[in-house]
This record gives sequence, structure tokens and C-alpha cells, in this order.
Amino acid sequence: MNLGIKKMTDLSKDWRNDIYAVFKSLDISMVSHVPDAGHTPLINLCEKDNEIDVVTLTTEQDGVGLSCGAYAGGRKSALLMQSSGVGNCINALALPNICRIPFLTIVSMRGEWGEFVPWQVPMGLGTPKVLEAMDIKVFRADYEEEVGVTVDAAAKFAFNTNRSAAVLLSQKMIGAKQFKNG
Amino acid sequence: MIDRRPFVQKILKDRKDNLRVVSGIGTSTWDIMSAGDNLGNFGFIGAMGQSIPFALGLAKAQPKLRVLLFTGDGDTLMSLGSLATIANHPVSNLTVIVLDNESYVETGSQPTATAGKTDLELVAKGSGISNSYTVNSEDDYDKIMNTVYNEEGPSLIVIKCQAKATPLVFPHSFDGAVSINRFMSSIKG
Repeated sequence: MNLGIKKMTDLSKDWRNDIYAVFKSLDISMVSHVPDAGHTPLINLCEKDNEIDVVTLTTEQDGVGLSCGAYAGGRKSALLMQSSGVGNCINALALPNICRIPFLTIVSMRGEWGEFVPWQVPMGLGTPKVLEAMDIKVFRADYEEEVGVTVDAAAKFAFNTNRSAAVLLSQKMIGAKQFKNG
Repeated sequence: MIDRRPFVQKILKDRKDNLRVVSGIGTSTWDIMSAGDNLGNFGFIGAMGQSIPFALGLAKAQPKLRVLLFTGDGDTLMSLGSLATIANHPVSNLTVIVLDNESYVETGSQPTATAGKTDLELVAKGSGISNSYTVNSEDDYDKIMNTVYNEEGPSLIVIKCQAKATPLVFPHSFDGAVSINRFMSSIKG
């Protein structure tokens, strides 16, 4: 049984399309990421879109500065990362906070639902706490049908109120990664 | 070794309308502010390591402007990966000037890695920013100005500076929201 992987590769009706639709409707034209399997179909959609700049980072924190610089230049962006990357961003999150720059991140969760790798658990448990500790408004989507409205709400919260917002995408929905040879 | 404060002032003297200037945490912000208040300046006073990705985002968003980042060796060393990001998502309008005094002057002049074996020009080149060079003399002023305004970037210039404390020259406001809104008014207008 490998339901998680099956979900991740089925693009025919996929909640990543709903996130992409929100990006388009709100003119989000720069997407940065340290890749995670859960985000891969969305990254692929963005890379096919000539109106969206996709920037592959070496560390998630650089996506915070990149996003703020893009906003200063008049462009909206979003940072995609796995929960383990949230820990890399903490001090950088001071930048959108003190400058009241809208900041949006979409976080695929690990270490919570059927996790196979114990190393993912500490940051998985810590992710909502450290985001809230940095005054980030945390939204969460546990089911596929709520992804679009949740990302839309979070993006509007960020861009309408000049604050930071994160959407945590539940591992229950994404599917736990299975390690298998071959 | 160059005396950084007057040299930064010289680079920013009679600046062109298409130049926007960002500075990283520490002395770099006091340096650019010492050249005179300008709506087209945005200076970091915190968030160490974020000035390079910020400048990249700005340069990508405003391809018709020239973006010049002044920052220090300490700020750069915290964000070496961002040099690889710049190299692989290149912007032709970005120049990064590293004012390399080989020390954390603001905290008591502890030596940085560039006082030891690390060469930021080589790091930048190895990261893929081919137009990277080191300046040890003010004689290279014209070369620097050509890079800032004319050359196809991204470029990174390491300016070797004296490690000495310089007078604090504060920006218009310490409130980041005020600073970024002033800066953005120079772009929207």
C-alpha cells in the first residue's frame, strides 16, 4: 500500500491546482522554494508559467529576504517549504515583521501523521509554535477541499493587512512519505 | 586598504536616478546614510544575512533600475548560499559590494573568516558569479562605477577596507515600516 505517493503524483484533480489558481488570481508572480515532494506538482505548474519566476533557494531563510525585496519592487511572492525549513527562517522573519511587508509561506508538514522518519518529528512538532512565536498568523489545511480557500484566506490576510501568514498543509492530506528501494 | 566611509560617499556622490541602494546590517547602513538622506536607500539594521536575497528580489522585480547593495563580510558570510542563488537566477542589474574589513567591528572587532583563509571573490566566482573582483585601491573607482551602472550583472566587488570604527550615522527612522515605505515611494513615483 502506497497511497501517499499515489496522491502526490496524481495531477488530474489536485489541490496544488487550487493553490496555483490562488497565485494567479492574486498576481503572485514569484515563487521561491527549497523543494519538498509535497510541493512538487505546484512547483512544476509554476515553472511552466512564463509569468511566474521560480527561484530555487539554498536555504529557506533566503526566501524571506527575496520575498521582501520583490515586494519592495512591486511584486508579490510566496515561499514554499517543508516544515523542517521553518526553523531555518526564524530570525529572517523579523524582516517582514518590522517592515510590515506582506509575507506568505506554504508549508508542507512532516513529522505528524504516519511519519516514518523520527528526525522529522522535532521540527514538525515545533513548526506551529515557532511560527506563532514570531507573530506569524498560522492557517492549516487538513483536507483537500479546504486547501484553495485556506491559501486564499491566508494570502489575503498577508497582502491586505501587511502581515505574515503561513499555511500548514497537513501530512494527513499530503500522505506520509514511504521509503522504498527501486 | 581603503578608508570605507569616504569611498562609499564618493561612489554615491551625484548618483543617477535609476540607482537604488540597499545596505546590510552594521556599518554599511551608517556608511550609505553618511552620504546623505535619499528616498532610494533602504538600510538593514537587523535580520543579518537577509540583505543579499532582499537585493536579488528587488533587482528581479525592477529590471529597469540598477540595484546596488553595500554589505559587510560578516553579513555575506552568513548567507554564502545566496551567492549561488544569484548566480543561478541571474539578474543583469545587481551589484553587490562587500566592504570587507575582515572583522566584526560593531561587536568588538573579532576577526571574520576573511581574516583567515576565506576569499569572498573566490567564493563568489565558485558560486557562479563570474564578474567578481577585489579592489585594494581607490584607483579602481572608475571600474567600480562602470560595474554599478553599465556592466551586465550580477557582479560582486570585494572592497578591502581598514578595520576601524566609524561614526554612527542613523537613517531617517529605525522603524522598518517607515523605512520601506519611504523606499517604495521612490519606486512607485
